[in-house]
Amino acid sequence: MLAFLVKRTANAVFVMLAVAFLAFLIFRSFGDPVEMMVNEQATQAERAELRERLGLNDGFLTQYVRFVTNAVQGDFGISYRNQQDVMVLIGERFPATLELVLVATVISLVVGIPLGVITAIHRDSRLAGMLQLGSIVGVSLPSFVVGILLILAFSVTLGWLPAFGRGETVDIGWWSTGLLTPSGRAALVLPAISLATFQITLVMRLVRAEMLETLRTDYVKFARARGVPRGRVHWVHALRNCLMPVITLTGMQIGNLIAFALVTETVFQWPGMGLLFIQAVTFVDIPVMAAYLLLVSFIFVTLNTMVDVTYAWVDPRLRDDTAEVGGTNG
Amino acid sequence: MTDTVLDVRDLRVEFPTRRGLLTALDDVSLSIRRGEILGVVGESGAGKSMTGLAILGLLEPPGRIAGGEIHLSGDRIDTLPERAMEAVRGRRIGAIFQDPLTSLNPLFRIGDQLVETIRLHTALSRDEARARALSLLKEVGIPAAEDRMDSYPHQFSGGMRQRVVIALALCAEPELIVADEPTTALDVSIQAQITALLRQLCTERGTAVMLVTHDMGVIAETADRVAVMYAGRVAEMGPVDEVVRRPRHPYTAGLMGSIPSLRKDVEELRMIPGSMPRLDAVPPGCAFNPRCGEAGPRCRREVPRIAGPGAACWLEREGGTA
Repeated sequence: MLAFLVKRTANAVFVMLAVAFLAFLIFRSFGDPVEMMVNEQATQAERAELRERLGLNDGFLTQYVRFVTNAVQGDFGISYRNQQDVMVLIGERFPATLELVLVATVISLVVGIPLGVITAIHRDSRLAGMLQLGSIVGVSLPSFVVGILLILAFSVTLGWLPAFGRGETVDIGWWSTGLLTPSGRAALVLPAISLATFQITLVMRLVRAEMLETLRTDYVKFARARGVPRGRVHWVHALRNCLMPVITLTGMQIGNLIAFALVTETVFQWPGMGLLFIQAVTFVDIPVMAAYLLLVSFIFVTLNTMVDVTYAWVDPRLRDDTAEVGGTNG
Repeated sequence: MTDTVLDVRDLRVEFPTRRGLLTALDDVSLSIRRGEILGVVGESGAGKSMTGLAILGLLEPPGRIAGGEIHLSGDRIDTLPERAMEAVRGRRIGAIFQDPLTSLNPLFRIGDQLVETIRLHTALSRDEARARALSLLKEVGIPAAEDRMDSYPHQFSGGMRQRVVIALALCAEPELIVADEPTTALDVSIQAQITALLRQLCTERGTAVMLVTHDMGVIAETADRVAVMYAGRVAEMGPVDEVVRRPRHPYTAGLMGSIPSLRKDVEELRMIPGSMPRLDAVPPGCAFNPRCGEAGPRCRREVPRIAGPGAACWLEREGGTA
């Protein structure tokens, strides 16, 4: 298991270095940072001095190494737009996005997995048919439409839940959470559901397909022959064998959700990274964009690695230390 | 016949399909006594596995029992509701399936699968169940059983896995074990070990065994009696020695003739012309009549049936002509 962890981590570090290189290239080639930072009256000498101070005269490699070293320490420079430290900006927004994404993921699993199992077990029933139909609707509806419909129904018509913003937040260290206040939780409901809709149907359809496959296997039949009750066969023996792809999907999709959150955050005016990024794009705020790129890739890579590690945990066959020891036959 | 464990009478299994009703089992009758091994032999599709599944109550829908009765030690089990059947499977009837590589759930330690089965069927505590699982593993000949309890199925070889499967079947000391091709997926050298083990364990315990296989050699070595199946019907039934040495049904005779022998003085292998009819095209009368060299008019008209020892053959019954 340890060798496996080391291998996966080394892979992850390599990928991150490559991404950092891309971010660095963007940083260097989109406009001149000096032009962006100084005011129009600055003299040539002042500009040259700033250029020297920023290290822009150093060699390419030196600059890259410095960029990576700074990035690892969380230093992405100063935002062009409001002269604030980029990391501080992101740090303020990140908790909002992550909470939204995590809650949406939990919703998608808690709702999607049971629906998938039920539609697989009762695949000829009317209920399963309706759920299948509903899932097609869920897949095809764009998330901003879902968001707007939710706002219309629950905020405008019924007035149960807030339509925008994050509600009251509580600071725990640098993390600001909305999960601890009633208004924060209420504000989270609609965006999370809207973000989770697509995900629920994805999880449900995946679990259904996997379950149908698994239910045909010999070990499921053999479990029944051992007298294991039907419910336990379905929800324990079969379901566990279906979870692998669900883990992959969920891991990968958290990355996607952070990207999708951009839309949801715009619809619900959710003060997360998505909104920040959209503003950064509008103002060609390169440091913020580079930091966003790195951060999102970091999340992707971390999730990927965690997915692989979880694989090894769920499926013993993938662990290095449980190789066959029983001989070939006998 | 008080020690009859399994008594199947006129069992009929049907599959409604779009093209009509298929009769997979047509009035199959057989019985097994305590400690006896009944071999059920036949080609693929003859209905031998189907008989096993019907007894276990595990027929895949839309397949269903359309007639007949199944009795286990005097209790009728074919009409039991699913919930009650769950308590029969594993507890009173153990099962061994063909492919040990796929019979065990790959994600659960074998010790846990054993403990799960034991606790489902007995009132033992977790620790007691674990101790029992361990002794079962030792009994089926798993070396270093203590260490192997926490191993996963993929860490075992095929033969060892089948031993684990046998241990699983024995968990609750069932009265009957349905073994469906237990050695087919194994190396020849392992097959003999596994059949010997099965035989030994069941004789010790007085467990009745229904040994389903297409391998007449396995039957000859292991079984006490044999039922030969053809196209969903029992063609011949009797003590193994008799059936092997003096087959009375032309199909059994053909089957015996097609077994290769190591003795050199035997004439070349004979084969039965043609192939077994598909279930939707079973001919009227004796299902074997188109392939039988001596079939008479009666063979093409009336279905010969047996409920006990003997051959389901008009020729045999009427001394050569029908």
